[in-house]
Order: sequence, then structure tokens, then C-alpha cells
Amino acid sequence: MDSKLMAIIIGMALVTFITRIGAQLIFANTGIPAWLERWLKHVPTAFLAALIVPAIILPKGYLDITFSNSYLIAGIIASFIAYKTKNVLATIFIGMAIMLYLSN
Amino acid sequence: MLIMSKSKSNILKRTKVLIWKEAFKDCLPITAGVIPFGLTCGIMGRTAGFSVFEITFMSLTVFAGAAQFMAIAMINSGILNWGVIVFTTFLINLRHLLMGASLAPHLFKQSKAIQYLLAFSMTDESYALTISRTEKKGYSGYYQLGVSFLLYIVWAIATVIGASLYYSIPNPLEWGLDFIIPLTFLVLLIPRLTSKTPLIVTLVSAVVAVLGSLYLPGKWYIILAALVASVVGGLIEGGRENG
Repeated sequence: MDSKLMAIIIGMALVTFITRIGAQLIFANTGIPAWLERWLKHVPTAFLAALIVPAIILPKGYLDITFSNSYLIAGIIASFIAYKTKNVLATIFIGMAIMLYLSN
Repeated sequence: MLIMSKSKSNILKRTKVLIWKEAFKDCLPITAGVIPFGLTCGIMGRTAGFSVFEITFMSLTVFAGAAQFMAIAMINSGILNWGVIVFTTFLINLRHLLMGASLAPHLFKQSKAIQYLLAFSMTDESYALTISRTEKKGYSGYYQLGVSFLLYIVWAIATVIGASLYYSIPNPLEWGLDFIIPLTFLVLLIPRLTSKTPLIVTLVSAVVAVLGSLYLPGKWYIILAALVASVVGGLIEGGRENG
């Protein structure tokens, strides 16, 4: 066991936990102020969009808005399926199938 | 009296079982997307000189994919500076602060022990599933706990397998299974787009995220996009209230 490596891992674990518990510690006594809550309400939507869109438009790390980007085509069709069915499995299944078909 | 309280506790138990089942069902598709990342984490770790124990210990204590990949890559390229790696980890994971704040009103109603467990195990994926469940049926601490720890177990096991078989598994991220994660998020996002404000928030976030991922290092694009877009959302609604 490498002590330097273990020290790094433990340090990483500690700061990661701090980021995860941080908001609860900051607002533990005051609760979340109303103005902040109005703003935080939109975090889930903003956050989901920030995770999805780059994964589809930059699947390989560079901008690719062409028909050869199988993630983009599959993503657009999957969005439509998600809108129509609201079904996770159907969306995943069709999205994956289109992406894999177009990639090969 | 006794019979009544017994049947009440039975109902409570049954509700808990139902919530666990629901968490399991919702988690299952996303685990297929998480497994390739866990395998890759184990493989990369071994390649960078971690032992099976060390890389597994990392997955069990840090439990944050992006930060782990960054640290492994740094160590692999010879950067072994404690301060640099730990501080970069902190920056990459700052987005948790935002997620934690958005869940805080619900978390405050849980016991201290549960609060710590939920904080420790919060990830992008468990956060996304939890907020969607909250929207549909209300917040449940058990649901978040179930989702979070299921992903935790999958992450740890995938790391062990990747680390143990690292010489014989071809690059798992090339299987394309990682696409399952954004696809799942898509199903979580689209039902939220019922009015103008969330549509604008989504659009702003998408534009900032794409620009950010082109010009910013690491995961900064997520923090920036979520911050800018949610402030825009707050301003739109605030303006409407005042006007």
C-alpha cells in the first residue's frame, strides 16, 4: 500500500464530502432564504440540460452538429420518444439502437 | 390498541418496501450506463499504478467518477502533488454544493444520520432521479437513500471487476453504453418543460454548457450553465411577480 496514494485518496474523499454536505451546513440554522429558493427551483432543469446537451452535441469532446454525429441524431429522436411516451426503457432502447446502428 | 399500532407499522413497512422497489426499478437502466465507467475507473487505476485495493478504496470513499478519472490521469502522468489533486477534486465537485442546496429544504426534515448518508452518497445520477421523483410523488428520504446506495454498490463492484480483469477487458467506454446516462436524463428533463420558463432555462443552460465545455476545463461547464440558467429562471419569475 502506497502511503502517498492513500493520503491523496483520503484528501479527495474529505473535500468531496465537504462539497456534498456544504449546503446543509451553510443553511443549517437559517434555512434556505426565499429569494434563493426561487432561484434553486430551476437548478434541476438547468442541471439536466447541462448534462444532456454537451453529451449529445460534443460526444467526442469537439463540436459536431452534422448528420454523421450518431449521438445527435439518436438524441433528437430519443427526445421525441421521451416526449411522447415518458418511458425510460423505450427511450433508452430506441436511442441506443439508433446510436449503435448509425455508428456501425 | 396493540392490533391497530401493529397494522399501522405493517403499512409503514410495506410503504418502505414499495419505495425501495421503486428506487430499484428507476435505478436499473442507469446502472447499465454506470457500469462501463466503474470498469474503466478500475482499469485506468491499475494502469496508473494503483493496486486493486487502492482503486477500490478510492471508489468507496470518494464515489465521484469525474474527480476520480481526473486524479488517476494526473497520477498516471506523474503528478503526485497532494494539494494539486485534492484542490482540483474540490473544484470538480463544487457542483454538489448547488445540488445539495436545491435538495436542502427536503434534507433538513431527515434525521442527522440520514442527512450525512444522503450527502455522502449524492451523485449527478441519484440527484437527477430524486428530483424527478420529488416532482411526481413528493420527496422521500428512503427513495434517495435507495437510489444512491444502489449506484454506490454498482460503482464499487464495477471498479473491483475492472481492476481485477484490467488486462482482459477492452475499453468499456467504447461499448456505447455510456449513452444510457444522457438518455435517462432526457426522460427526466422533458416532462419538466411544461411552460415558458423551464424552456428558457433549458435553452440558456444548453448554450452555456456547450460553450463552457468548449472553452472551460473539466466540469466547470456544468456549474456555470446551472448557475446562469437557474438565475435566469429566477429572474423571469421574479419579474413576473413584480410586474
